Amino acid sequence: MAHAHDHDHGHDHGSELSDMQLRTRALQTILLEKGYIEQAAIDALIETYEKKIGPRNGARVVAKAWVDPQFRQWLFADGTAAIGSLGFGGRSGNHLVALENTPQVHNMVVCTLCSCYPWAVLGLPPLWYKSAPYRSRTVADPRGVLADFGMTLPADTEIRVWDSTAELRYMVVPMRPAGTEGWSEDRLAELVTRDSMIGTGLAKRPEDVT
Amino acid sequence: MNGAQDMGGMHGFGPVEPEPNEPVFHAEWEKRAFALTLAMGMPGGWNIDQSRFARENRDPAEYLSMSYYQIWFAALEAMLKERGLVSEDEIAAGHARGEPKPVKRVLSPADVLKVLHRGGPTERETNTAPAFKPGDKVRARTINPPTHTRLPRYVRGHVGTVERVVGCHVFPDSNATGAGENPQWLYTVVFAGSELWGPDGDPASQVSVDAWEPYLVAVRPL
Repeated sequence: MAHAHDHDHGHDHGSELSDMQLRTRALQTILLEKGYIEQAAIDALIETYEKKIGPRNGARVVAKAWVDPQFRQWLFADGTAAIGSLGFGGRSGNHLVALENTPQVHNMVVCTLCSCYPWAVLGLPPLWYKSAPYRSRTVADPRGVLADFGMTLPADTEIRVWDSTAELRYMVVPMRPAGTEGWSEDRLAELVTRDSMIGTGLAKRPEDVT
Repeated sequence: MNGAQDMGGMHGFGPVEPEPNEPVFHAEWEKRAFALTLAMGMPGGWNIDQSRFARENRDPAEYLSMSYYQIWFAALEAMLKERGLVSEDEIAAGHARGEPKPVKRVLSPADVLKVLHRGGPTERETNTAPAFKPGDKVRARTINPPTHTRLPRYVRGHVGTVERVVGCHVFPDSNATGAGENPQWLYTVVFAGSELWGPDGDPASQVSVDAWEPYLVAVRPL
């Protein structure tokens, strides 16, 4: 499942059209001819998720939580409302829950049954998040999965895995890196990676971005 | 259904392989499979749980051999055919053959952002009270419905603790079969890694699932 997409690499823009290219085009033609879809709406959907909604949204939420104690409190008490105040919500983000990483507890998010992911704050999920290795192993061997990301946590740090089995969508608020005192929200947001908001990474350190 | 989609705890899939600088889509057709699926939600009239079932409802070997958007696309074709919106002949020909079936609404370009912003809230009003409260011990029921369910196999039969009463939410097991939303209380239930995996689990790990009340039974203290 994880690698099947590779078959389309390199063929997509050539004259030899892949089977999936032909099949999706054919269905699109039928749906247009029958008046079930409008081409401009299809284009707008693609543009929105390719260009507009992505992990930069979530990074703004995290940076604000790092500098604004009131917002932080609100975020953990009512994620949907606090995140909504920044203009993010809606599809795959109607019921948002923010999870606080601390030295004692490290949170990780998975969807073992499909690919539930907080689109509203992180955009569409990466391929590995939807892959069989991540979906199968995270609940049983979270430390092994973190090792695949080059990450080792202290043995006494508890790991809490959140399996997204309902319409609640989880985002992790990573710990604020040391040496960032006095930084602006915009500058802090640059340290917040997508993986740190899934729980398979940490926020970048100041020396990683200079 | 006990299909290949229910992967929690399976062995043998190998390491997770993150892709540096991964693009949002890996091919042009993936964009189309994604956008057609979203756009057809409105005229198609199916709900999210029916879509999920259409994706998982296939031979496990086939499921595991398909890429993510191949599964989405196969489910879209299946739902369109099932509802008589598109025929097998049309798919084979690559063109419309018959008259379109009347649909309630078509997604207009002007409505895209509005529709995405509204999303699909699943919380519903209720006049019932939740059966469980935070701290209660509960056992995930042993159930094996051949239809859609959101109770993963790896927690069935195991004892966990209610951490949070989330609210009253649309019940996927009913919604997926067309039996209506049948809203039920939803809880976040936490299981110790050792409860789920025994000595092979990580002693310093916990796993939570979001579970509807019909999935749970009270464990009375001795």
